Amino acid sequence: MANRIQNLFGQQQTGLLSVYFTAGYPSLEDTVPIILELEKNGVDLIEVGMPFSDPLADGPTIQQSSEVAIRNGMTIPKLFEQLKDIRQHTQIPLVLMGYLNPVMQYGVERFLKKASEIGIDGIILPDLPLSDYVREYKPLFEVNGLSNIFLVTPQTPEQRIREIDEHSNGFIYMVSSASVTGSTGNKGVANTAYFQRVAGMALKNPGIIGFGIHDCETFTQACSHASGAIIGSAFIKALGKAGDLAENISTFIQSIRKKQNA
Amino acid sequence: MNYNVDDNGFYGRFGGAYVPEMLYPNVEELRQNYLKIMAEPDFQEELQALLRDYVGRPTPLYFAKRLSEKYNTNIYLKREDLNHTGAHKINNTVGQVLLAKRLGKTRIIAETGAGQHGVATATVCALMNLECIVYMGEVDIERQAPNVARMKMLGATVVPAISGSRTLKDATNEAIRDWINNPEDTYYIIGSVVGPHPYPDMVTRFQAVISEEIKAQLLEKTGRENPDYVVACVGGGSNAAGAFYHFLNTPEVKLVAVEAAGLGIDSGESAATSVLGREGIIHGSRTLLMQTEDGQVTEPYSISAGLDYPGVGPLHAHLHQSGRAIFESITDEEALQAVLELTRLEGIIPALETAHALAALGNIGAKPDDVVVVNLSGRGDKDLTTYLDRFQLDGK
Repeated sequence: MANRIQNLFGQQQTGLLSVYFTAGYPSLEDTVPIILELEKNGVDLIEVGMPFSDPLADGPTIQQSSEVAIRNGMTIPKLFEQLKDIRQHTQIPLVLMGYLNPVMQYGVERFLKKASEIGIDGIILPDLPLSDYVREYKPLFEVNGLSNIFLVTPQTPEQRIREIDEHSNGFIYMVSSASVTGSTGNKGVANTAYFQRVAGMALKNPGIIGFGIHDCETFTQACSHASGAIIGSAFIKALGKAGDLAENISTFIQSIRKKQNA
Repeated sequence: MNYNVDDNGFYGRFGGAYVPEMLYPNVEELRQNYLKIMAEPDFQEELQALLRDYVGRPTPLYFAKRLSEKYNTNIYLKREDLNHTGAHKINNTVGQVLLAKRLGKTRIIAETGAGQHGVATATVCALMNLECIVYMGEVDIERQAPNVARMKMLGATVVPAISGSRTLKDATNEAIRDWINNPEDTYYIIGSVVGPHPYPDMVTRFQAVISEEIKAQLLEKTGRENPDYVVACVGGGSNAAGAFYHFLNTPEVKLVAVEAAGLGIDSGESAATSVLGREGIIHGSRTLLMQTEDGQVTEPYSISAGLDYPGVGPLHAHLHQSGRAIFESITDEEALQAVLELTRLEGIIPALETAHALAALGNIGAKPDDVVVVNLSGRGDKDLTTYLDRFQLDGK
């Protein structure tokens, strides 16, 4: 049975907007309101970040939102508790993203089972090695109907991209440039040769570009090279602003999509 | 029991390479090349010449007569403090910088806790004319000021790590992020036996010169090449790995790893990972890790910046789990007493890290005929401000 990620890409292959936020930020109980507000504003896919004390692949914005979220009391059990009825309210594809250690402490098998019960569609664990996934966890993901999403970067060799594609069944997360999350400027989306190289490989999984996508211009550029793009740090900055949460979300998403709507 | 790393980078169940894809090509490049390069005759020739003429190896194995009398046994000090830059760290940085050059890298980054690895890295970068950036926790910059000054003198850029506990763990996070941002030209010289495979094994191999020399020197001095005990402090564990290496498969040699208990194991202010940690993943390696129930890494504490780390290298996690090494923990106060003791008995001022190993001498149960080797991993110049203050010797 196809999950919501697979259905989404089955219906639409362009201009998809995926948004990442850290669960428990800015306030502990904001997780569900943020998800519903994002859906209302036309976002296509949501990545819910599970905060970790030592997020190696993240820049200062996500480091800081993670610190705040942990201080607020966010944990994996807490997140599951918050999301337990989410499928009564929305059918938007949901991905959980985090680092391996907290998941390992919770128990990988228990984690996947619980995520599946709630109606999560995919998992991103950047520090879970492909080899470990294939050797130990792939059947567990499959039996729970969860897509495991892998990252590729401009430095990933073609053979490894093919191997990742073979073991993926949702989408491939294309890291725009060699950087941690939250870089600004357009160094990432200007990496046309890399995007064309991947596009030319005719992979079975669609690609979404992330890292450094922060405004309408970089989003539109990224969409011209892949099925869509992921925005994380820039959205978290918007969440951190003073004022009404719903209004901040709607203002931000509209600023990203303004050209397409115009 | 096998104590060497296996083909997948594991020591028993510990080790591996849990890195995000952004680091995969760099780590893989290193994994495929490190043993090959290290085995090349011209590499070995250059390394050995530098260790001899520049670092000052072999370092002496010194019979500490008065310290031996005090503990009623036979104590030998492996004088790593007499290396150029004052600690064992340079054994590894010389090796890794030669490797980095052969991989065509032009920019060197490093993390440092006490500053000894930072100084050793800055030193070899000056020697080799390479750009050098050292990440150091803000707290450590404060408490190890002399080493910060030395790094600056040597032309390195010292970048403060301002996240988390602002100590060694956070400096390591920042160095890894730098490497993610600069994958093409940059080589990351990790200073301890931590991080993703192949680092733990590579750093162990570069530090193994310590136990290689101990064997030869002990044979010459006592007629036997195996001591009864080898004692070393463990933060990440590089000096211990080097001092243990050639004795790992000689079970009659007791290996004693000494961790920092900080204010006490149960005080909540400690860095004794073998007692307080459980299996987890930090800095790309599956190892023992101090963490909360939810898997968040705990902020450790020790007076010693070099031992103030919430994990241990995977080799040490394996030595602990298998029972091959005995793990001791020593408080700040006990370490300080050991500093004063060695200074007044032998005229040697040890580093705070090293003092933890010395402070364990009373706990190991060595008999009068036993031979005990303590790895004197570093000298105490960097800690003089702390010592003057704690021993009230500053004339106030």
